[in-house]
Amino acid sequence: MLKNLFKKVTALIGAEKLDEAVLEELEEQLILSDVSANIALEMVDELRQAVAKRQIKTSAEATGFLEASVIEMIGEQTTQLHFAEDSMTVWLFVGVNGVGKTTTIGKVAHILKSQGKNPLIAAGDTFRAAAIEQLQEWGNRTGCPVLAQQAGADPAAVVFDAINSARKRGNDMVLVDTAGRLHNKANLMNELAKINRVVEKETGSPPQETLLVLDATTGQNGLTQAKAFTEAAPLSGIVLTKWDGTAKGGIVLTIRNETNLPVKLLGVGEQIDDICEFDAREFTTTMFR
Amino acid sequence: MLTGLSEKLSQTFSRLRGKGRITEADLDLALREVRLSLLEADVNFRVVKDFVVSIRESALGGNVLESLTPDQQVIGIVRDRLTDLLGGEAQKIQFSSNPPTVILLAGLQGTGKTTSAAKLAGLLKREGKKPLLVACDIYRPGAILQLQTVGEQVGVPVFEKGTASPPQTAKESIAHAKSIGCDVVVVDTAGRLHVDEDMMTEVRAIHDAINPTEVLLALDAMTGQDAVNAAKAFHETLPLSGVILTKLDGDARGGAILSVRQVTGVPVKFVGLGEKLDALEVFYPDRMAGRILGMGDVLSLIEKAQTQFDIKQSQEMESKLREGRFDLEDFLQQMQQIKKMGPLENLLGMVPGMEKAMQGKGGLNVDEGQMKQVEAIILSMTPKERQRPETINGSRKRRIAGGSGTSVQQVNRLLGQFRDMQRMMKQMSQMAGGKMGKKLGKIKGLPGINPMRLMR
Repeated sequence: MLKNLFKKVTALIGAEKLDEAVLEELEEQLILSDVSANIALEMVDELRQAVAKRQIKTSAEATGFLEASVIEMIGEQTTQLHFAEDSMTVWLFVGVNGVGKTTTIGKVAHILKSQGKNPLIAAGDTFRAAAIEQLQEWGNRTGCPVLAQQAGADPAAVVFDAINSARKRGNDMVLVDTAGRLHNKANLMNELAKINRVVEKETGSPPQETLLVLDATTGQNGLTQAKAFTEAAPLSGIVLTKWDGTAKGGIVLTIRNETNLPVKLLGVGEQIDDICEFDAREFTTTMFR
Repeated sequence: MLTGLSEKLSQTFSRLRGKGRITEADLDLALREVRLSLLEADVNFRVVKDFVVSIRESALGGNVLESLTPDQQVIGIVRDRLTDLLGGEAQKIQFSSNPPTVILLAGLQGTGKTTSAAKLAGLLKREGKKPLLVACDIYRPGAILQLQTVGEQVGVPVFEKGTASPPQTAKESIAHAKSIGCDVVVVDTAGRLHVDEDMMTEVRAIHDAINPTEVLLALDAMTGQDAVNAAKAFHETLPLSGVILTKLDGDARGGAILSVRQVTGVPVKFVGLGEKLDALEVFYPDRMAGRILGMGDVLSLIEKAQTQFDIKQSQEMESKLREGRFDLEDFLQQMQQIKKMGPLENLLGMVPGMEKAMQGKGGLNVDEGQMKQVEAIILSMTPKERQRPETINGSRKRRIAGGSGTSVQQVNRLLGQFRDMQRMMKQMSQMAGGKMGKKLGKIKGLPGINPMRLMR
């Protein structure tokens, strides 16, 4: 009680002393953002050393120190999305169930369209009930053609069709929606590998982007997801969705640290333009707010 | 990555054991592992903090420090506490004395409400109820159609009013249920963020329009630290009566459920275990405790085995094994029994440590197609051939390969594997008796199997 009061008072006069309690609070903040405990402990340990050497004196400096560590880990530069130079560009969207793959594709199609691209959307989720209809609705909203077969069709065949159909219609890109799959289901991951092979065979190169769509509320399992998906279809980046809630998405730090996968896009709502480029600074500031 | 907590604790304590008496400081070192393990499992930071304090008290109050097996003692305490926290007994759905019983489903986007609604309706139908599904997600494109499709798959009618106001639709659905003789109404709602005030007001309005007996929160097993905030907000808006923990067939440890339980006090009632519409099961707290600790779900495995295995058959098999009379016929039988227990990946996942052991080998991939092939090969043999595989010569192999749609090489491979297996079994049965334990521990390729543990 008294200690708390003291802390509040010192905070008010802006010269909070840096004691162990402050460091622990910062560690808590990192972990509550879903940053893995081992990374959080390491970062705070470095901070502790800096404090011991009197390089860091106030709690504002301490927060700044950790923010810098976080930014260093996720990389400050925004990473570009890639397009094919002279053939069909294919972007593949993968992820576990319910992370927002279909919604993300709708939003991405909308941005691309506004940038003068002409994408076709391939309905590769032939499993979930009404997934095709959901995607077609996004096709209507964005004015992009959607290539779909019947429910239960082989997704690789849908992708094959989509690429060829895009060529005939004069589309310059294919965005492939895929069924949500848990990464520990071998047969579904094999299906993904097959889609990847079909793209490579049809366009002469693997997809220019294979994006893991990751729900910002995801905890430590996110790392396992990134590793497992990249084995089936080498990932090029992450789309972090539902970042408009209270979840901070700190697991992307661990993913970046262990697999070097950058976050490329951020989903921030259900509307068609609720998507933006990932900004490491803003992301980090939010984490400590 | 942390391995199973049990293993970690054994390591910590065995490092300490050399120096004699274990001190409080040593215990704290061990509790650090408990803390990390729980955080790794996505249990909320603050929940972990309180939890570790209470474990420490119990450990000091008990005789952990004097114990010869402090690791097992600590694990025991942690496990019991976790089970308590998760709520002792399995909890069932409450039915209204004045039907229809109304069940409202709510949750964040993408947690699996629609799928769970259909699974729940299917489950209730199998229990002899007459459920009605109600589509109140008017926002997500295709949501109504999705509910209609899964409703049809489980054979449950779906009530929808297009994009009419959800509270109104929900209200009308009750009258509709009465008119067509349904006694349970399961209302699916749109996914919503707990910070979206308009949407939270809407779900409250739906609630007030139908006054549900059960309000279930769909919670994704992969959720991290934020589960607390979402659950709290939903609980404050709705009063929840239970949780459906979804996507538990993944490999997330599902610690979020502990946090939700802690902040809302609401019990988990069901777990979702797959995309098939019958993959919804009653929740058992003690088993979940093991999973959160990374200790596997041995109880579920044993139970599955018990319901599927014929005891007499097993005893017969055991004596055959012991006498080295195990033939291809038995092999086939064994395989079919295992298959009855469900997908192999799910089974293996329940074995403690298995998930870890198989990682790096592409996870728990079991090629069920290969099993089918083996089955086909054995089924293409005559009973005599199955009993005495050594009589299978070249021309028989060709016939078997033709009959099973495989090749002679594949038949050869199976026969070779079977011979190896027979040989291994003979060796094992020769070791039976007093020294079996010790020798088993020394067999190469079986590291880490502690015979004492097997006996327990």
